[in-house]
Amino acid sequence: MTVRGKAYIAGAFEHPTRHAPDKTVAQLHAEVALGALKDAGLTRADIDGYFCSGDAPGPGPASMAEYMNLRLRHAESTELGGTSYITLLSHAAEAIAAGKCDVALVTLAGRPRSEGMATGTAPRPRDPNQPEAAWEVPYAITTANGYAMCAMRHMHEFGTTSEQLAWVKVAASHHAQHNPLAMLPEVVTVADVVNSPMIADPLHRLDCCVISDGGGALVITRPEIAKSLKRPPVKIIGVGEAVKHLAGGNFDLTTSGAARSGPIAFAEAGVTPADIKYASIYDSFTITVIVQLEDLGFCAKGAGGKFVADGNLIAGTGKLPFNTDGGGLCNNHPANRGSMTKVIEAVRQLRGEAHPAVQVKNCDLALAQGTGFQLATRHGSATAIMERE
Amino acid sequence: MTRKLTPPVVTAESKAFFEAARAGKFTIPVCTACGKAHWYPRAICPFCASDQVEWRAASGKGTIYTFSVMCRVTEPYAIAHVTLAEGPTMLTNIVDCDFDKLRIGQTVAIVFKESEGGPPVPMFKPV
Repeated sequence: MTVRGKAYIAGAFEHPTRHAPDKTVAQLHAEVALGALKDAGLTRADIDGYFCSGDAPGPGPASMAEYMNLRLRHAESTELGGTSYITLLSHAAEAIAAGKCDVALVTLAGRPRSEGMATGTAPRPRDPNQPEAAWEVPYAITTANGYAMCAMRHMHEFGTTSEQLAWVKVAASHHAQHNPLAMLPEVVTVADVVNSPMIADPLHRLDCCVISDGGGALVITRPEIAKSLKRPPVKIIGVGEAVKHLAGGNFDLTTSGAARSGPIAFAEAGVTPADIKYASIYDSFTITVIVQLEDLGFCAKGAGGKFVADGNLIAGTGKLPFNTDGGGLCNNHPANRGSMTKVIEAVRQLRGEAHPAVQVKNCDLALAQGTGFQLATRHGSATAIMERE
Repeated sequence: MTRKLTPPVVTAESKAFFEAARAGKFTIPVCTACGKAHWYPRAICPFCASDQVEWRAASGKGTIYTFSVMCRVTEPYAIAHVTLAEGPTMLTNIVDCDFDKLRIGQTVAIVFKESEGGPPVPMFKPV
């Protein structure tokens, strides 16, 4: 079974907040859901499938289904960290293609900024039943020093430099200057990045994404429903997933799960990296972007540093415009999970509704790529390719 | 090193390792069916799915596959993946050294460090 052409993104909404001390996580989920429904021109009564991840309050989808008073015939919670929302987009398309639901809602929301979370620099709590816990917790692996180990190895094998990493942030900042909601709208230089304080060697502060509250939602539906609505329909033409881990102590850290999820998505879509007009690439850190660009085939393994240098990711001048909302590095990173906003900006680009300064001309084919959890241990990867009709 | 180490959870699958560690011995799990060593340790071999896994004394020698010095904390520390002489690569810390001189490929040797109220934890220092 393929999902190609069998499901469309009919609604997308990004919460405008970046700091929500006076709202609950459930409330934010409901607000983004209503925003995406309004965007689609549908109502709560139309939703018969709900898809969420670990940020949704309660175990699984039931608590939010009750809060929003949804009547569901299909529900799913999948936890793959920050990439979950591309994964869920894929699963929603599969459920629609299989006839298990007609209108699917995917939500993301969270408040790590209001809650004062040390997102990248403190170890996260673990379930003691996680089999790797005893072998990782004492070493204080955090989000930042894990990704930093990937960067260190990439530099060692391929000669990637801090300046090349910095170009990812520079490009994101060029886009963020046009986004009035971006947390960091100032344009920065390579020197600004490499001179910012070291967080976990070799990653500097400006190599790291922001910490923000907020959220986003998607409404996905059958072709005939999508085409009956007023908004430009965005067709899902290829999806791919993978989980990569340490495989019994036999691994390399310069490749992500995108090396497997990408080719699956490209094959289903029947397109190649050269066909992609715009790419949303999860940017938890600058190194994350470089590794995924290589793994997706936008350049050879090891050539990512050269590929992103000299502004090649900047819309209008670069060869591959990426994260034109400013991405996680400059715009927002709601709930510490960046793949929802990746899909939303890809939808804006395909609809021709990105900011005019960063809108890609004739943007008829876009990709959204995410990785979730920890690149230096175990992570999920998801790739989605979308087309404007 | 004064950094307090969160103690590892000792389970049915890790008990033998930490008992050996208390005696200063570094052991690794080796599958007698396929002959391969793996990490992290588990009762079922990740390569051939056999349950014939036994603990064997390891050399305690390895090389740094990658590392990162965490700077944005009160007491910086070095996280690393170390490739053991026996094959598998393990997550660990590099200790008792000048962090500025750490390099990928550097030879390291086992050293056990006490955790807070738990068993000693395997770490490595440059040799």
